[in-house]
Amino acid sequence: MANKVRIATTSLAGCFGCHMSFLDLDERLVPLAELVEFNRSPITDIKHCAPCDIGLIEGGVCNAENVHVLREFRQNCKILVAVGACAINGGLPAMRNSVPLEECLREAYLDGIGVENPMIPNDPELPLLLNQVHPIHEVVKIDYSLPGCPPSADVFWKFLTDLLEGREPGLDYDLVHYD
Amino acid sequence: MSHITIDGQVVPFEEGQTIIEAATAAGVYIPHLCHNPEYAPHGSCKLCTVNVNGRNATACTFPAVEGQTVCNNTEELNFDRKRLTQMLFVEGNHFCPSCEKSGNCELQAVGYHLNMLDNHYPHFFALRDLDSSHPDLLLDRNRCIFCNLCVRASHADGKDVFAIAGRGINKHLIVNSASGNLGDSDINVDDRAAHICPTGAILVKGTAFKVPIGQRRYDHHDICDMSAGEQHGE
Ligand code: SF4
Ligand code: SF4
Ligand code: FES
Repeated sequence: MANKVRIATTSLAGCFGCHMSFLDLDERLVPLAELVEFNRSPITDIKHCAPCDIGLIEGGVCNAENVHVLREFRQNCKILVAVGACAINGGLPAMRNSVPLEECLREAYLDGIGVENPMIPNDPELPLLLNQVHPIHEVVKIDYSLPGCPPSADVFWKFLTDLLEGREPGLDYDLVHYD
Repeated sequence: MSHITIDGQVVPFEEGQTIIEAATAAGVYIPHLCHNPEYAPHGSCKLCTVNVNGRNATACTFPAVEGQTVCNNTEELNFDRKRLTQMLFVEGNHFCPSCEKSGNCELQAVGYHLNMLDNHYPHFFALRDLDSSHPDLLLDRNRCIFCNLCVRASHADGKDVFAIAGRGINKHLIVNSASGNLGDSDINVDDRAAHICPTGAILVKGTAFKVPIGQRRYDHHDICDMSAGEQHGE
């Protein structure tokens, strides 16, 4: 097929669980690969987005780099999709939002049980943390959302086949879960 | 017997019944969260909003009157209900993957019923306290939607354990005890108030995650297809 649909994916403040769930498409990945190609994605290791048809974003934004990556995706993807609970509402990383950032860092790197060489990481290459973790629709416009922690492979399949076959994407009751 | 129509269906009612009571008796589902047939209506969540003779009203408070034309399951009303549900989600802190109530939660079930796929609004990330002082019960205010059911149930228990205090983002559930902690109140695990919460805000300890994912109440069953008792967790 000459013109494959181009997809980019990334995990921001996520756990890669949504990507793993995507790979649960298993043998369905073979027919999918006939129709789509992957651009920037942990699957290809391409570091920056070319213009794409679909961008799949896992995870919310917890640091400055997440914001840059998210904006790059929005600029390059015709359709941007919030994938999974963390992209949609911040998810479990956002449970730190009720704790001041300094306290989080203290607990993780200075005072926590079992911490050796206590020191808050300060390498200039490390992206700065945001005070709170935010869902991605608070930063850029999102076209579709796929709920779930993670969304099942069937959710990805339903969504992508709807789009590829020119239908308005929709999820039936059994495919909608917030956990 | 007197009748109203709901979405064109003729629904009988008895004198004194609200629209939602008549609907429930006829097997017609009207989405709701703060309504529970056991208690007097509270009318706060607005999810049960229907159109009565051209004007919107809450079905849990509005009396059924002979000849009313009620619209319920319309695209427009369901869209409004979805937005209301999204407001409830962003007002609290609902992290379903880590919530013991997930799969059996009425707030979630209404979201599923309305095909709510995102939260639409920016999140408040309000600061809400968690109270684990009671030996048998957990109170996680992050998940409270102020439906007032625990307040009403506690009164029916002959006690007065809960009340809602504060305004706006500072609104919160308070507990009637000298310390303000649930452990020092006179609530008991056998009280109706301990089991009435539609969300995961009041939970019985030691019962979490007993039912596997896939077999929980709303995993594969839309709340609209359930009997009134099943809808409220019986
Ligand atoms: S109370 Fe319901 S909606 Fe809130 S986190 Fe728990 S399962 Fe989710
Ligand atoms: S704790 Fe539960 S029952 Fe009580 S007001 Fe909050 S949501 Fe309603
Ligand atoms: S159920 Fe009627 S207002 Fe809440």
